[in-house]
Amino acid sequence: MTVKTNTSEEPSLFVSRRAFIKGVIAAGATVSTSAYLFRGPALLGQGSLPGAVERLMTLNVNGQMRRVDVMKQETLAMTLRYKLGLTGTKLGCDRSECGACTVLIDDVPHYSCSILTHTVRGRKIQTIEGLEAADGTLHPVQQAVVDEQGFQCAFCMSGFIMSAVGFLKTNPSPTRAELAHGISGNLCRCADYHKILNSLMRGAENMRNA
Amino acid sequence: MATIHDVMPVFELFQPTSIDDTLVLLDKYKKDAWVLAGGLDSFDWLKDRNKRPKVVVDLSGVQELKGVKATPDGGLEIGAATTLSEVVRHPLVKQKFPILAQAAELVASPQIRNQGTIGGNVSQDTRCWYYRSGWTCYRAGGNICYADTPTAINREHAIFDANRCVAVNPSDTAPALIALDAKMVVRSANRGERVVDAETFFIGPSIDITRMTVVQPGDLLTAIRIPATWAGAAFYFEKVRERQVWDFPIVNVAAMLKVANGTIQDSRIVVNAVAAHPMRLKSVEGAVTGKARSEETARMAGDLAVQGAQPLAHNAYKIPLMRNLVKRAIRGEAQA
Repeated sequence: MTVKTNTSEEPSLFVSRRAFIKGVIAAGATVSTSAYLFRGPALLGQGSLPGAVERLMTLNVNGQMRRVDVMKQETLAMTLRYKLGLTGTKLGCDRSECGACTVLIDDVPHYSCSILTHTVRGRKIQTIEGLEAADGTLHPVQQAVVDEQGFQCAFCMSGFIMSAVGFLKTNPSPTRAELAHGISGNLCRCADYHKILNSLMRGAENMRNA
Repeated sequence: MATIHDVMPVFELFQPTSIDDTLVLLDKYKKDAWVLAGGLDSFDWLKDRNKRPKVVVDLSGVQELKGVKATPDGGLEIGAATTLSEVVRHPLVKQKFPILAQAAELVASPQIRNQGTIGGNVSQDTRCWYYRSGWTCYRAGGNICYADTPTAINREHAIFDANRCVAVNPSDTAPALIALDAKMVVRSANRGERVVDAETFFIGPSIDITRMTVVQPGDLLTAIRIPATWAGAAFYFEKVRERQVWDFPIVNVAAMLKVANGTIQDSRIVVNAVAAHPMRLKSVEGAVTGKARSEETARMAGDLAVQGAQPLAHNAYKIPLMRNLVKRAIRGEAQA
């Protein structure tokens, strides 16, 4: 693509701002399209091999079917936060070592930083945004966290809540020690574990009474 | 060597739905292919750019690799891609081989057990941080061991069988599987199926310094078969680690014992995280057979277990630790 430069022969001295921006966008599109088409020559023709992967996919997130273009190497946390705008899921370590990114996949807690989005195709994903009822009523565990003021900075909170909600599905009446074991895959940098456990125990009670 | 804490690098992804299709892909790409099960070990390597596979073959869609089923001989066959949580919860595992459920429960954290697989747990690479940080050590194809130099930090490294590399195997399920005399089923496109004893599945640097198991490029661990031999026998498992979640073992011990009238009739005792492969303590097994399950036998077993240990600068503490774990395994003492 060539961009016309202004010469003295041409009466118009300036390319209009609008035309210039259009030109830049078109040039960018051409470059990125060709990069997509001709990237990785060693692997060209892989489409015929078993298990080839389509980038465009539909994700079942919080009960909604979301169409999204996902890179092969993309993790679920990246897709949720930066493609679907669900920023309630936090990225702490990005190494399955802190739990801030915990989401439920088919009701089971997983670190979304350490699972490829392509591997959760067809499965039910629930994030902190999907916990409240349609009318905005908080989930019993969320309500307990508010009532007990369970967290200090609360960066780790959505991960803790998702872990607890997942664990309570398998054990609705845990002892404090059982719940502590159930949420042991989450870290709190404020080390406020007693208050967190207080609020999550109350959340379990709220759920039983709901 | 650069450690980039960043998003994942580019690779081509395949998601086959059968073992046969997986083997076709692994055969086609051989060393360029990376087998992805739960991914908990894999993603660190990829994110750090310390392993750079061109192709990742994701097993999550291969249903044949998942689940626990009873075998006609009274044992169990566990698909390699069965999650650790499923192993922990499965009624047949709990009933026949509770030692395996106990070992799997002590791996990492709940979320990791929900995703990590038993095949991945036994196939995971060593945690030596020099190696995992991308230093060009023996294991990475270089000609030095950074963990065995005068200034090296080697608290967690080997006290047995070091051969150039002093890294250890970090698996918790591996010693339990060896104690249960499990068989590992490995398949490849051109070699077909082979069944390897768990004891010989894990290899040390004297066999191949770049691999932890007999699984080679093109191979796939498809299942783990546990014979009925040790079902219902007395067992002991204990893992010592620095923090009670996430952490890998400093030393762990798995023991199966057949005891009649207070006398040990037969036993299998395995210790891990003390060498590059889990160590079956055959001399201890031989020495305790026919002896009373007593404090005296336990002490003798502990002393015998650590014979020949060669500690590095910072890990001599592993010797009394391993001695005591073996002692407790023979005693059958409740875990502290």
